[in-house]
Amino acid sequence: MSFTITKQGDISVVEIDGQLIVANRQDLKQMMLDALDGGARKLLVDFTKTGYIDSSGLGVLVSLSKKIREQGGELRLAALNDDLRTLFELTKLDTLFQIADSREQALASF
Amino acid sequence: MTGAQDRVPEARILEFEIPSDVQFIERVVEAVRAECRRLRYPERHLTLNVPVALTEAISNAILRGNDRSRDKSVRVWASVDQLRLIVEVADEGERFDLWACAVDPTTPDRLMAEDGRGLFLMLRLMDQVEHVHRQDGNVVRMVLNRAS
Repeated sequence: MSFTITKQGDISVVEIDGQLIVANRQDLKQMMLDALDGGARKLLVDFTKTGYIDSSGLGVLVSLSKKIREQGGELRLAALNDDLRTLFELTKLDTLFQIADSREQALASF
Repeated sequence: MTGAQDRVPEARILEFEIPSDVQFIERVVEAVRAECRRLRYPERHLTLNVPVALTEAISNAILRGNDRSRDKSVRVWASVDQLRLIVEVADEGERFDLWACAVDPTTPDRLMAEDGRGLFLMLRLMDQVEHVHRQDGNVVRMVLNRAS
């Protein structure tokens, strides 16, 4: 499980490689809050390499979305596989986030 | 008459005892998944239902049941056969009311909450979820039918 963050223009792209679960969600939160503190206002989480997410992983995305919005920024998501889409649809979090099919689509939409 | 090629893999029982530390959850989940894979459970069960529901149950046992106490363990018992997966997750904590947590996190007033989705997901990803309190702690029992 690992997180990486890169810049594509003024968009900070976070990749989650592996699971986003209770054991590592604080690490993701800290990484993204650090980016926010560093001035990032457009943040994209790319789930291309993500396995599964638990409720605490979903919760940290909700928490980050609120904090980023409070700072005048936006958090978007991209490349959810069918399982991840199911989780977002079951919990109706697909109504909370702008979700693109691919990283490229998400980057173009900002 | 069946030949070697018709032999059905036998059911396996898996048992684990882990400390109240969330870092230990994944190895239990992976072991149970591996058994389900061996018995050719549907791919979706392997990638969604089993890992998410089991992670939630063990996480609850660690964080709520045992309150992360270093003195307490979580025991996981799993039976995997051709028909179903049965998992029991036991903590050593005080009685808690699991069903008090059974709120709907999809309502407008709860959608922005950071927690409250764990039990909801367990109930939707498993065919049965039960909770009992025994003398030495709480047990959550979940069943996933292979055919579901």
